[in-house]
Formats: sequence, C-alpha cells, structure tokens
Amino acid sequence: MHVSHLSLHDFRSYDTLELGLEPGVTSLLGRNGQGKTNVVEAVDYLSRLSSHRVSGDQPLVRQGAERAVVRAAVTREGRSATLEVEINPGRSNRARVNRAALPRARDLVGLVRTVVFAPDDLALVKGDPSERRRFADDLQVLLTPRYAGTRADYDRVLKQRSSLLRTARTRGGSAAQGMLATLEVWDERLAALGAEIMVTRAAAVEQLVPLLGKAYEAVARGARRDDAVVTYRPSFEIADLTVVADVEQALLAEVARRRQDEIDRGVTLVGPHRDDLLCTLGELPVKGYASHGEGWSFALALRLASYELLRQPGDDPILVLDDVFAELDATRREQLAELVAGAEQVLVTAAVADDVPEALRGRRLTVADGQVTPDG
Amino acid sequence: MYEGVLQDLIDELARLPGVGPKGAQRIAFHLLAADPADVRRLAETMQEMKAKATFCQTCGNVSQAERCRICADPRRDPTSICVVEEPKDVVAIERTREFRGRYHVLGGAISPLAGIGPDQLRIRELMGRLADGEVTEVILAMDPNIEGDATAAYLSRLLRSMELSVTRLASGLPVGGDLEYADEVTLGRAFAGRRSTGD
Repeated sequence: MHVSHLSLHDFRSYDTLELGLEPGVTSLLGRNGQGKTNVVEAVDYLSRLSSHRVSGDQPLVRQGAERAVVRAAVTREGRSATLEVEINPGRSNRARVNRAALPRARDLVGLVRTVVFAPDDLALVKGDPSERRRFADDLQVLLTPRYAGTRADYDRVLKQRSSLLRTARTRGGSAAQGMLATLEVWDERLAALGAEIMVTRAAAVEQLVPLLGKAYEAVARGARRDDAVVTYRPSFEIADLTVVADVEQALLAEVARRRQDEIDRGVTLVGPHRDDLLCTLGELPVKGYASHGEGWSFALALRLASYELLRQPGDDPILVLDDVFAELDATRREQLAELVAGAEQVLVTAAVADDVPEALRGRRLTVADGQVTPDG
Repeated sequence: MYEGVLQDLIDELARLPGVGPKGAQRIAFHLLAADPADVRRLAETMQEMKAKATFCQTCGNVSQAERCRICADPRRDPTSICVVEEPKDVVAIERTREFRGRYHVLGGAISPLAGIGPDQLRIRELMGRLADGEVTEVILAMDPNIEGDATAAYLSRLLRSMELSVTRLASGLPVGGDLEYADEVTLGRAFAGRRSTGD
C-alpha cells in the first residue's frame, strides 16, 4: 500500500498541509524543528491511532487549536480509499473511511500498516522491558487489530486492581479486609485477559524469530543466521504458552502465590505487564553484552523482521525511516538502504541530505517553516 | 462575555452534564425570550423536584415516597429481583415491559479507581432483602464493561451459597443489526452465550 495524498489540519506545527506523495522513496529534508517528522508521524498515527513519539494525543494538536485532522488517500492493490481521523484530546477520536463515519475510531487501526525506524530504536534492545512490550503490542495490533481492544481492557483491569491494592495498603486493618473481598474478582479478569495477551504475544514472537535471523544476517554482514534470537519471557515460570486456558490457570495460581507480597507492596506483580522479550546474540543477551553497533544492528533487524511479518502478497506496509541515518555508521546505512529500497513506499526524514544513502535517492522534498516543497 | 445575570446563567448551565458553552448560551437566550410564566414554571419544577424526590428505602430507586411505585405495587412479582447500577437502568428495563418483578439499584459499580467498593454500593441492603427467602430469582443487569463485569462477578460469588437462581443479562447482537457489522468482542460474546433452538 502507499499514501498518494496527505492532508493535515492543525496537526503539530501544521496549520494546513496538502501533500501529494508517490510510491517509491520520498525523502523529507530540512533543518531540525521544521516539521519533517510531523509529516511521517501523521501517517504512522493513521495506522495505529497512536504516535511513536508521544503517549498522549495533546501534543499532536497545534497550539491553540481544539482538534487535529489527518486525512490520507491510500492506494492498495490499485484501489484507493480516503481515511481520516479527527484527533480530539481528552475525548474520543472520530474516524472516517471514504467519508463514512466508523462506529468507533479503533476500527481504523490496521487499514494502513506502517513500520517506523526511529532514532530511539536502540532502546528496543538496550532500554527497559516496557520498550520491548510496546514493540510486541504495536506489532500485534497491526497483525490482529482486535488485540487493541484486549490491551485496553487489560490496562483498565490493571489500573483498577492496582488501585485496590494501593488503597488497601494505605488504609490497613478491617477496612482493607473489606476492600480485598473484591480482589479475587479482579484476579479472574486479570488472568483471563492476561492469558490472552501472553499467548498472542508469544505466538507473534515465534513468527518473528526466523525473519529476525535473516534480517540480522543482512544488516550485520558476516553474522551467522542463528545468531540473533528473540524469545518471549514471562515474569514467572511457565512451561507452555500456547493454550489460553492453561496460561489463565497458571496466572491465577501465581497471583495466589504472590498474594501477600502484592498486598504488602500495593502493586500488581503478576501479569503480561511485567513480561519481557529477551534479545540474544549467540548465547549472550544483547543488553549488557553487545557493542553499540551490534545493538543497532539488532534493533534494525527487529524492525525489518516486523516489516517482513506484516507483508502480504502484493501489499507491503509503508516504511518510515525517521531521522535514523544520522545514528548509523556508513556500512549500516548502506545495508539498510539496500534492504528497504525495493519497498512499495518508503518515507525518509533527514536533516542532512548527504546522510541519505545513494540507494534511496528517490524524490526529495524540502521542509522549511511548515512548508513542503519539491527540492530544487 | 455577556452582561451580569445573563452570563451568570450561561456559566451555571455550562456546568450541567451534556451541556457545553454553546448549548448553555442557546438555552440562556431561549429563556431570555421565553414567556415569564414558562420560566417560572421551570424554576419551580426544579425546586420541587429537589425538595420532594428521594430514594426508595427498599430498592434505592428514585421515588416520591418511602417506597417507590414499583416496590409498593402488589401486582409485581415479589420472588424476583433485578439488580441494576443506576435508576436510569430501571427506566430502560421498564420500557421493555418484559420484567414483572422488582428492582434493586446499587448506585454504581465496583471501581477502586473511583473509590467505590462493595461498601459504597447498596449490597448490604440487597442481602437484607434476600434474607427471608421469599426471593427465589436474582437477575444481574450490570453494564457490559469492565466495572459492570466485576460487580456482577462479585455478586454472583456472594449469592452462590444461597438457594437462588442467579442469571446475568445476555449480551450480544443488536436486533435488526447485521452480523457482518458486529465488532469481534460483541460477536464473540454472542457466540459464547448462544443457545439451543430446540424447545
């Protein structure tokens, strides 16, 4: 798929922007703070209804405006559709497809699929487990959009349950006993939704492994295919992550085992919100052992592998390379450029034109003062 | 900004649920142009409602007396209680004319984030009504969301040991809807709650 036209209204720094795009490579060039990333962020927002840069929606709306609108004409296997999302911070967003309103904005998720390479991707392998959980969840939402609903429900249950534990701890005594009477009810919900999330994530990671090996080999020339491996690591011992009902039982048992600990500390200690993905090179974990360069290769390989996983016959996801070349050494730049050059649509942002490898020559646009113009 | 009293009214109206600044302005100008007698009647009705409306001591529904119309009606089935979150749920179920029993209004759903636990809901009162054994059926009619589900699960645990038929409202496909347009969660629940077509 590719975006053939993008309209922004009150999105980030843009009052209005009308931008025609073409399949193949398009580079957005310009000094920092001119609004390059805002353009690609809008495309990414349309795909997942969340941004790779911020967690809330408020920063996406131009200062002083009430709402932002992102509209894109998307062509997929020769057929074109207009997708639109109206971003209302603090209230529910509204989405339209070909001008018809969708019952819920969430139904828009997955109609456009993007894979974003960003400068902070190194955090995927070297950062906190939350980065890797987010990677797994973002990927899963694009694979099965229904997953976004399960995630939202789980987060809600988690908030409610943790709030219960926290209040019980601060109150203490008989008041706490009364509050904890409802704890088992939340346990059941945590286990049911949590099991679904763990099984889905583990299955996605499983699918990713062979693609990751191949991608790592391509990015870091000379590495063996079985070098790079990612495994799903639950926060507690569990042998099998394939049957939801079994995982649910295991979660309930673990919750019961940690009961006192949870009450003492006032937090939910069991569940997929504490799981991690373990990235290993050879036998050693990337975090703490791999060099800076190896870390980057691994992060790029994770993105490339998810791109391959999301590909469908005749329908590539849109690739976004956001300011990523400045972070890479010359060899990795060329490798990456070669690997992605054939994709249906690649959107690149860079501050320095020379950072963009020759293989990604493509069409060049200059971004300055919120204006996007064809280069020279 | 408008002058004095008009702006005061707009500000007051804008604090009401479902009324934004523009709606408040529209209502205020409507009242400004309206017949003084109509406005007086509106003001009096609001005051009267506030003075007289109270909650039924039995079921917790909005009422004008100690017992609400439904609880006081001898024709209603005394063996069946439908438990709901809010008074407006009673109105919704009454409109169906399907249910001939009585109600019990909890006054919300379990939500630790909002500081609402079983003690903040009228659950003790419900248990009191079930104590004498006259009631044989309890229908749980909570909202089909996280908090509603938790409340229903808590109540069914509580009622498990009693000699009662406890059921939860079915959730699933809307009447007149198309199967293909149902979202996965709704369709999934409808599947899980399917029933035999035999008699």
